[in-house]
Amino acid sequence: MNAVIRHRLTWPALALVLLLLLNQVFRSDFLAVRVQDGHLYGSLIDILRNGAPTILIALGMTLVIASRGIDLSVGATAAIAGAISCTYIYNAADPGSAQTALTGAAIAVGAGLALGAWNGFLVAVIGIQPIIATLVLMTAGRGLAQLVTDGQIITVSNDPYHAIGAGFFLALPISILIAAAVCAAAGLLTRRTALGTLIEAVGINPVASRLAGLNARTITWIVYIFSGFCAAVAGLMISSNVTAADANNAGLFIEMDAILAVVIGGTSLAGGRYSLVGTLIGALIIQTLTTTVYTLGIPPEVTLVFKALVVIVVCLLQSPKARTLLRQRKRPATTSSKPKVAI
Amino acid sequence: MSVLTSPSAPATHNRTSGLQGKAKYAPTLATIGLFLAMFAAGALMYPGFLSGQVFLNLLIDNTFLIVLAVGMTFVILTGGIDLSVGSVVALSMMIAAALLQAGWNPFAVIAVVLLTGAVFGLVMGAIIQVFEIQPFIVTLAGLFLARGLCYVISLNSITVTDPFFTSMAQARIRLPGNLFVSPGVIIALLVVAAAVYVLHQTRFGRTVYAVGGGEASAVLMGLAVPRTKILVYTISGFCAATAGILFSFYSLSGYSLAATGMELDAIAAVVVGGTLLTGGYGYVVGSLAGVLVLGIVQTFISYEGTLSSWWTRIVIGALLLVFILLQKLFSRKVKLA
Repeated sequence: MNAVIRHRLTWPALALVLLLLLNQVFRSDFLAVRVQDGHLYGSLIDILRNGAPTILIALGMTLVIASRGIDLSVGATAAIAGAISCTYIYNAADPGSAQTALTGAAIAVGAGLALGAWNGFLVAVIGIQPIIATLVLMTAGRGLAQLVTDGQIITVSNDPYHAIGAGFFLALPISILIAAAVCAAAGLLTRRTALGTLIEAVGINPVASRLAGLNARTITWIVYIFSGFCAAVAGLMISSNVTAADANNAGLFIEMDAILAVVIGGTSLAGGRYSLVGTLIGALIIQTLTTTVYTLGIPPEVTLVFKALVVIVVCLLQSPKARTLLRQRKRPATTSSKPKVAI
Repeated sequence: MSVLTSPSAPATHNRTSGLQGKAKYAPTLATIGLFLAMFAAGALMYPGFLSGQVFLNLLIDNTFLIVLAVGMTFVILTGGIDLSVGSVVALSMMIAAALLQAGWNPFAVIAVVLLTGAVFGLVMGAIIQVFEIQPFIVTLAGLFLARGLCYVISLNSITVTDPFFTSMAQARIRLPGNLFVSPGVIIALLVVAAAVYVLHQTRFGRTVYAVGGGEASAVLMGLAVPRTKILVYTISGFCAATAGILFSFYSLSGYSLAATGMELDAIAAVVVGGTLLTGGYGYVVGSLAGVLVLGIVQTFISYEGTLSSWWTRIVIGALLLVFILLQKLFSRKVKLA
């Protein structure tokens, strides 16, 4: 029993279940999933589908944060990816074909990989602090996206492209399947090979891991490229869902949501320890929180206030100082050594 | 603090920095040089660019950004960062507009807004200090909270019709040579002057530099590190609220989406102005020059006409990158020296 309480995924999972139950209390059909035209429908499916871009970006962010970095540019990268694919499809000779959609998506993902590599270059090779290195792309990125779309909102009508964000396959939304596939691949790659441990080692102490013979530079590079990839795919989902590229608003504030999901999921912002499952739960909590605000009839604009309060509370609970204070209150006799925090 | 050879050596030169002598002014002078070069280039390219009023318009259009950059300079000098300022500007505008609409006295409104901003910063600083959470994540939460509170106050834009605010918006202070500035410019320059005084003539200012130079050494030197760190966020919040008031004078409205992303402009201005993001080195005057550089990019784009507004963001991003790379080069030299 003690082990269950101590497990770091217990509290996030409990929070998610409580949130879902709260919704069920206010709307009796909330947890119901029905089949319509061979597709699954219901609030739960909606949460998964709308949360898919956040899940993906948070996944990339988890590995970046595990290596003691941060990627602020994911929202801008998502906007660029959407802008590139939509502009390509819009200008293509055959704007409705599946081949056009595939090529557009492939170019956009390629751009995402390149932008991730750029961030990785600044962090790993030049040695700039991650916040600042990715701030450059965060600042310039939306300008680049607008440059691609020429400042317009590019609307496309391409059914295969629309399917990425809004289509169904085997009764399930395709965006969920994509997110699940990337999650599974990331999980297998980092937990079934040594990669995850290496990333954690870099996050705990980059210098020591380099001295121990790890190629810290390559690992740092890999996590930023993966983050760029995730952001690009999420950008495709966002633009495909509304069949338009909006350089200004696509993925706005999504980096905040992603960081929040990672923190709720128990990954330490100081690096060196991460949980992909935790991030998954964190992203679902955020999406459910948004849905809850709607269900309770609170004006949706207030969501930001809720998110802010959740970030503050979760961070306070996670902070070593607060834990020490709590522990001291419970067992006044024990003097616990204060863990070191990396700023 | 690199001159200290052993921890027991007395700190006789409080203001000695790693960049010795005149070299420590180099990044700031580089920014001022860049600004003058851009101004000269503009004068060559466009007729009418070379006039005192074009320069003064840079100040008039960026009063709020100047004040924001001043507050951000304090925070960055200690090695922190404040992502919430853009949202606090918007919140200040919303509070001001809503209270004025409710018929409050304009001076009471300004007092309430300034107090709110300062308290907002104070709380964030206290959380950062007491719970030892990264400034980045706490101020990010502040960004969410302030922006969300804007929406709670009103979704729609509120127009300001108060006579005092409109008179401040329309007032023009005549200068010799047929030039003019707005009252906001005077306020912004006063804020800059006050910041220069505080940073270079007071014990608090020296502590700010010491914390950025090395927090652990500052603690060992017996400086009031916790109080200083909390105070810089309070100053930043206060400056953001002041910027919000100045923005209200400028736009005569409160809008919940106003100043989105302005924190990035403020950080960019500070970095372009030569302040090291790791803390310890930099000048408020450099940040003022940084704002002017960002402003002149905007002026170029409006003179060019064909260049579209998104180039501003790209150019600012590129400038940010160049200056960060320069900083990297500079700090490497410092380590070798």
